[in-house]
Formats: sequence, structure tokens, C-alpha cells
Amino acid sequence: MINEIVSMNGYGFYVWSAFSFTLISFTTLYFATKIQLSKEQKKFAYKFGSLSVQKATAARLQNINREILSNTSNI
Amino acid sequence: MFKSFEPNKIFAITSKAPKYVFSLFIIVLTIGLTEALFLSPEDYKQSDAVRIMYVHVPAAWISLGIFSSLALLSVGSFVFKNKNFALIAKSLAPSGFVFNIIALVTGSIWGKPTWGTWWAWDARITSMLILALFYGMYLLAWRIYENNEQVIKITSLIAILGVVNVPIIKFSVDWWNTLHQPASINILSTNTAIHSSMLIPLSIMTAAFVLFSLLIFLMKYNTELIKVKNKGLDRL
Repeated sequence: MINEIVSMNGYGFYVWSAFSFTLISFTTLYFATKIQLSKEQKKFAYKFGSLSVQKATAARLQNINREILSNTSNI
Repeated sequence: MFKSFEPNKIFAITSKAPKYVFSLFIIVLTIGLTEALFLSPEDYKQSDAVRIMYVHVPAAWISLGIFSSLALLSVGSFVFKNKNFALIAKSLAPSGFVFNIIALVTGSIWGKPTWGTWWAWDARITSMLILALFYGMYLLAWRIYENNEQVIKITSLIAILGVVNVPIIKFSVDWWNTLHQPASINILSTNTAIHSSMLIPLSIMTAAFVLFSLLIFLMKYNTELIKVKNKGLDRL
């Protein structure tokens, strides 16, 4: 049974390489994108933290800034 | 008209959506892989090599669809002077490029057992390679140019020029004698040359690939919005 699945009537090498290449590409793209997103979120949190109280209060008025900060704490 | 699509308003949705899309993607992909690799029948001519179709065809469809969207969004950014269109296009491009590469590589792997060669300078394959070059130029332009106005113009031009290649890819198998088989599925009619036992896994795998491109788009779009906000904090 397992041999049949692996060999795929003699086409196993082609079938498994095509599916493996697809899944490896997906994994690489997913993690590359995730790392990039985390990096930008951390950068934002750092910059936000170094703002003066007055500037931070002004920046916090924007919904999007609050959203980014709330997501950053989940990293 | 486009005010409800402003980044500030939609970030709340785009930042929360990826985790749900990811879960759905894993479920659909698991069902799709089970169907494609184990449950679907082998072909009477190609035997089990036909299973490569379940990754090759959806990848090719999505890469063409994404490039067409890039061109539409580029026209939109020119006509409506809305930079958000360019941001959406920029976020779509990486997954489109990866799907294009997957279509080329899996096509090449499928070519060996069916045609006896890994590569042929056939009209369909060559035009897909040209599409990959346009994707490459598009992504490189975003990396090379610093000036925002300039990069939007250049990338829009690349997308609009490159979209000319999309109908060439689609009709290449009808216009020229090629090794590549003609389309088996026509979305504009109910006539398909594929039996439902193969059409169902193909549809499930297509749905999984669409969900994956949506996931990458959302993550990339959020990254781009945060980059914009980072620049905004610098100006404070």
C-alpha cells in the first residue's frame, strides 16, 4: 500500500517533487512575509515608544496606530 | 467612492483576518491534497503523472489572475490618483510571482514523463516565462526606486505592458502548434473535458491556492501600511 503511494506507478519522483516544490515555496513565502511583518511591527513599537508624551498622545488618536500597537503586543 | 477603502478604516479588518484565512487555508489544503494525491483516479493515458495537474493548473490560473489585477489596479491608480491601489498591487505581486514560478517548475516536471523533455521553447511555456520576467521587473522596481511617485509610474507601466502577454498565454495553444495541450476547462461555458472525479479535486486545490494568495496579500498589505505609518512617526 505504502509502496504504491510512494511509487505512483513509476511516476512517484515527478509527482512528489512537484507537490514538494509547491509546499516548500508556500512555506518559504509565508515565513518571509511573516518575518517582514514582525520586523515592521517591532520598528513601529520602538519608534512609538521613543515619542514624547505629547506626540504619543497625538499619534494614539489615530485608530490605525492603536491597532498596530495592539497587534505588536501579540508577536 | 473610495473613502471606505482607506487604509485607516480597513486596517482593523486586514490585521485580524490572516489568522482566520490561515486556518481555513490549512483545512482546504488538507482536503485538497488528500483528494489530489490519494482519492482522485489516475488518467488512462498519463497514469499517476496527471496528479501534477492539481498544483500546476491552479498555480498558472492564479498567477495570470494576479497579473491582470496588477494591471487593473495600475490603471486605477492612474485614473483615480489613489495611492492605495498601488499599495494593493504591490502586496499582491509576491504571491503572483511565486505562483508563476510554481507553474513553470511543476510544468517542467510534468513535461518530462509526458513529452520526454524538461523544457521546450513552446509558445505557452515561453509566454509564461515572459510573464515571470514581468513579475520580476515589477518587484525589482519597487526595491530599486526610492521616490514614491516615480516607482508608482514605473511599476504601473510594467504591469500595463505586461498584461498584453496575458491573452497571448491564454490563446497561445490555439494560435500556434504547441506541445502544450489546449484548455480543458472553459469558465465561460459548461463544456469541460475533465470528469467530475478530477474536476472536484482541481477546484478544491484552486480554492486552497486562492486562500493562500489572500493570506499572503493580507500580511503583505499590513506590512506596507505599517511601513507608511513608520514614515508618519518619523515626521511627527
